[in-house]
Amino acid sequence: MSASQESRSPVRIPESEPRIPPDIARRFLTLPSRERLEPFILSLGALIVAMLLFGAFMALQGIHPLDLYRALYVGSFGTRISIENSLTFAAPILLAALCTLIPARVGLLVIGGEGAIVLGGLGAVLAGTAASGAPALLGTTLCLTAGAICGGAWIAFAGALKRGRGVNETISTLLLNYIAIAILNHLISGPIRDFSQTLKAQSWSIPSQFMLGNIPGWSVHWGIVIGVIVCVGLHIFLRYTTFGFSMDIVGGNNRAAQMSGLPITAIVVVSCFLGGAAAGLAGAIEVVAVHGAASESLVVGFGYTGILVAFLSRQKPLAVILFALLMGGIAASGGLLQRRFDVPYAATAVLQGIIFLCVLASNALNGRLLPERKSP
Amino acid sequence: MTAASELGWWGVLFAIFAGAIRISTPYLLVSVGETITEKSGRTNLGLEGTLVLGAMCAFATSYLTGSPWLGVVAAGVAGASLGLVHALICNLPRVNDIAVGIALFLLGVGLAFYFGKPFIEPRGTMLPGIGFGFWSSNPAIRSGLEVNPLFILGLFLAVFLQWALVHTRWGLLLRMAGESEDAARAVGRSVQSIRTYATVFGGFISGLGGASLSLFYPGNWNEGLSSGQGLMAIALVIFARWNPIRCFYASLLFGGASAIGPALQSVGINQGYYLFNAAPYVLTLLLLIYSSSASYRLAGAPSELSLSR
Repeated sequence: MSASQESRSPVRIPESEPRIPPDIARRFLTLPSRERLEPFILSLGALIVAMLLFGAFMALQGIHPLDLYRALYVGSFGTRISIENSLTFAAPILLAALCTLIPARVGLLVIGGEGAIVLGGLGAVLAGTAASGAPALLGTTLCLTAGAICGGAWIAFAGALKRGRGVNETISTLLLNYIAIAILNHLISGPIRDFSQTLKAQSWSIPSQFMLGNIPGWSVHWGIVIGVIVCVGLHIFLRYTTFGFSMDIVGGNNRAAQMSGLPITAIVVVSCFLGGAAAGLAGAIEVVAVHGAASESLVVGFGYTGILVAFLSRQKPLAVILFALLMGGIAASGGLLQRRFDVPYAATAVLQGIIFLCVLASNALNGRLLPERKSP
Repeated sequence: MTAASELGWWGVLFAIFAGAIRISTPYLLVSVGETITEKSGRTNLGLEGTLVLGAMCAFATSYLTGSPWLGVVAAGVAGASLGLVHALICNLPRVNDIAVGIALFLLGVGLAFYFGKPFIEPRGTMLPGIGFGFWSSNPAIRSGLEVNPLFILGLFLAVFLQWALVHTRWGLLLRMAGESEDAARAVGRSVQSIRTYATVFGGFISGLGGASLSLFYPGNWNEGLSSGQGLMAIALVIFARWNPIRCFYASLLFGGASAIGPALQSVGINQGYYLFNAAPYVLTLLLLIYSSSASYRLAGAPSELSLSR
């Protein structure tokens, strides 16, 4: 659309009006309105229904639901060790959720978190081995940045295909997941394989001084702190910047965005890049804080759990923090369920699937739950 | 293997051809099933889960009862059940069918791994192959042309459904639901119930695809049995322009691409084995890029389909 039409268009970005209102502090402190609260209540309700359904599912196999819930609680948040486990699981899940959340703001359904995690891990390993002489903090930063760029470029590619050729982004990102895993397997089976490791195919290790330590006093690495900072930063970015506002216009009404002369392709590709970068960062953190090298351990389904978290939080970055912790808790309690009830580890996958269906079904109640609305 | 290596490079080509027939069966059944679902105006992206759950149910039933054909039925029923869940949730207002597909993908795989754990070790009863290699004395050719009976079933289904879509009342109703909700309502038909039937039917056929994975060569069940075939089959429907017979050709192409890696490995070429394994995914992506368009609707695409919008 030409610039001359911009002045006549119904939707414009107000340029003179500042996007940052003076009373930011008050906005943070006041209680959220009913409308803001509704999606949150729906997600929590869906979680409860899903827990009841999962209890019934396990009861069919002779496991008492109360025992099950107790084990889920003990395994996720009941003891200090399980809280530490949950936080460790929550870190990559939280960042992977952003890979679905940010593109969703511009109306794309991206599910390529798993592939971006893998590429982020590979990027971190390559950067770490290339810059092996660098000082510790700089080296770690390089690893994380390289991981974020690799993951970002991977998903930005899908965004570019969507805008350039109309390739469905859901299918292309899912395919890119499989391609990323094939690239990983190829690289760790030869080109960057560490042949001194005979038990398991894994890549070269990054220099040990680049490894990210634990939060003092906890056996939890810094990943969760980085994740929370990214979420809060993203919340401010989406809410108080012109770019964040343009993303909402593109996601809400493509036609309006076109009429107001927004560079839609650039906005979509950058959003995909940011999403992919978050997941890439998750992969890089897994390498830098946990494994020290890239291997099949990067492919454990964090990307898919991230999609679920993005849907549970209904595209709100701050809600991601809470739901990532809950899903991290479920992932952490898988081992305890397995030991106590002698069920396969996939029990947590079944639970995640049920939660996913419940949260989608709860969309039907959107706007019905709290009927009194202030203004249309 | 010795008989195969006697054939030399012709052996590689033959292995790709035989592999195309063998590997294309799940692609064929899933893509035909998805075509029917999408023609009604809804996308079921969860067919990867259907495929894996179908494979597990087929193998478990065949192992426990000794009858592979009962296994095929079990796989179909499992697929139809997942399809029913998809349809019922999508019938609710304001629910995104693609997202429900992703959820069912995760749930189907989770259920299959959960219940399939005890069935990883044993070997079950396999489906009998149909021997098209009777004219040759070479055992490699004879075993290569043992064709999966479900492949033949898929071929018949593709031809029959293409005819039925065009020439029957049911086919017309199905296409009407996919092309224009208003038109379907105007003649007094419930779009939702047509789509429900179409999704359940598509799930049933895709479940059969799962049976073809676990009940024919090599005839076992493990957690790595399907690696994205269900998903690629959905992409293949776009490439085949929502036409069941073109789904058949496209499936053969995909089967051939998947067979390149193993065929080269059988003559001792191991270089880049994992990269050749990625060939079908890359091919799918390239075909999607080639056959999609940003500016106009694809020929044959149902108008009500959110996937092609």
